[in-house]
Amino acid sequence: MLLRLAERTAILLVSLAVSSLLVFGFMVLLPGDPARVALGVNATEADVATLRREYGLDRPLATQFLDWLGGLLRFDLGKSYISKAEIAPQIADRLQVSLILVAVSMLVALVIAVPFGTFMAVHHQRPAGLVLSAISQIGVAVPAFLAGILLITVFAVQLGWLPAGGWTPPAYDPGLFLKQLLLPALSLGLVQGAVLTRYVRSAVLDVLREDFLRTARAKGLTPMRALARHGLRNAAVPVVTVLGLQLATLLVGAVVIERVFVIPGLGSLLLDAVGNRDLIVVQDVVMVLVVAVLVTNFVVDLLYLVIDPRLRTGTR
Amino acid sequence: MTSPSWRGPSWRRGAGTSSGFSRLATGLLPAGSQRSRAGVSATIAVGGGIVGLIVAVGLLSLVWTPYDPGTIDPTSRLQLSSSAHWLGTDKFGRDVLSLIMAGSRTTLVVGVVAVGVAAIVGVPLGILSAMVPKWWGEVIMRANDLLLAFPALLLAIMLTAVQGQGVVTAMIAIGIASIPSFARVVRSGAIGVMKTEYVLAARAAGRRPWAIALRHVLPNVMNLVIVQASVSFAIAVLAEAALSYLGLGAPPGTPSWGRMLQEGQELLFVAPRLEVFPGVAIALAVLGFNLLGDGLRDRYDPRLRDGR
Repeated sequence: MLLRLAERTAILLVSLAVSSLLVFGFMVLLPGDPARVALGVNATEADVATLRREYGLDRPLATQFLDWLGGLLRFDLGKSYISKAEIAPQIADRLQVSLILVAVSMLVALVIAVPFGTFMAVHHQRPAGLVLSAISQIGVAVPAFLAGILLITVFAVQLGWLPAGGWTPPAYDPGLFLKQLLLPALSLGLVQGAVLTRYVRSAVLDVLREDFLRTARAKGLTPMRALARHGLRNAAVPVVTVLGLQLATLLVGAVVIERVFVIPGLGSLLLDAVGNRDLIVVQDVVMVLVVAVLVTNFVVDLLYLVIDPRLRTGTR
Repeated sequence: MTSPSWRGPSWRRGAGTSSGFSRLATGLLPAGSQRSRAGVSATIAVGGGIVGLIVAVGLLSLVWTPYDPGTIDPTSRLQLSSSAHWLGTDKFGRDVLSLIMAGSRTTLVVGVVAVGVAAIVGVPLGILSAMVPKWWGEVIMRANDLLLAFPALLLAIMLTAVQGQGVVTAMIAIGIASIPSFARVVRSGAIGVMKTEYVLAARAAGRRPWAIALRHVLPNVMNLVIVQASVSFAIAVLAEAALSYLGLGAPPGTPSWGRMLQEGQELLFVAPRLEVFPGVAIALAVLGFNLLGDGLRDRYDPRLRDGR
């Protein structure tokens, strides 16, 4: 158990180090000088040189990388090329918004996927299961931002029940916060729910064929009780993997959804930075998202050990 | 992972279909026309039909569209469907049907190039990782997993920030992000092939590794590559639509479904139908490639039936 933990932690640390190098490499090695990109085509050589010196872009790449990495470890992400503001506090603010959105969307996805997926597995050869399966297939094909636009069309434009966008901090006006959160969380959650439903279905189907479930039925448990007591825990292992991967998808999906619903999250910060050609902000936000993905994978790995005791020994 | 490991080439054809769609479709067919063992599954038929339709529309748009998709006509702005404009016109007076038809080209080109990039790098990488000593294979796969932390959209946004907006940037970014899935799938298949007796015999006969890779491994993992290509194509379509919607993909003037969604959003209160047509087109394309991928997977490896 401890050995596995140490192994996973080592993998996480190496992954973090290599991915920081990748992000830095992508931003630096591609043709295009960040100072020139930030100032636009009309800038004079002198302006560019000043900005380069001001931000240390004239130093050797290795120094720049180590400096940036050192800053990351101290939560000091440098200053924007454009607004000259500190980046870390901005990211912290925006991250809160995005995390709320992602967490609620994940909840929506789970609330949809677990009951429907289980139902589809139990009824997999009956019409109801087939119809739901076909609907989930369509759900998978609809991108979240399209779902968002359609939800706005119906609930904001046609019915006028909910606002078409915007964001209010929960402490400021909880009622408005929930109203504004509902549509974006539904658009992300419905689509992810459709994907997750298919995984839940196949995981439960696999478990239904297991001997221990037949034994449980033979003991006299009803199908539902057998599934609840012995099945779902076993079905959870593959589902948790997918959940981890989906969290990454949700974080990136939130980037687009924030644009659809005008939500001031991390995605809006990223897209604004791309629009302003503020490469250091882009670099920092991308790194934060990648760290989030890697840490999620790490947590998923640890959750395995909790859910499935068979994996706790060193051998697989 | 959830899917069982791949255990050598499977030539068993027919058998099952995984999605409810296909079984629903099969169930609706008259008894006599239901798929025989050697026949094409309903999933492949539906998925392939949709994909074929999109390809046909894309090809047709090269030689004919009802109107020129780029022509701006202020006198016929925001018209409803009529016999002159089947799907109406947008805020610039452009014919929506023509735009949708021309947009399919962008979708297909981005998909083909992105999947091509991913396959050209991912397939050799997967085969290599199965043929080198185990330790090296693990290192390759770890590096591969790391790339998974960079989803297509994120990579594309990052590249666009540096390179500027463009379809080429989008295609390459989506392609790079799809490499890991190809490498992973091919590796799992190639490991199975490497254990077969004919590879053992080829090695004993002194065949060089690259010859074994080309002659024995590649042909036997081709099924997996085709399935993955179909699934990755769907992902590419989604990523391109999102990028163009954000204004980071197809530049103004290039017909693109994602771009149409972006341009229509400000008119959501006036003409919501402008969002419906490109939206349906995107969903249909993704559905088609997903179904085709699922169907082919079942066909090539019936043991995976009901999986996923």
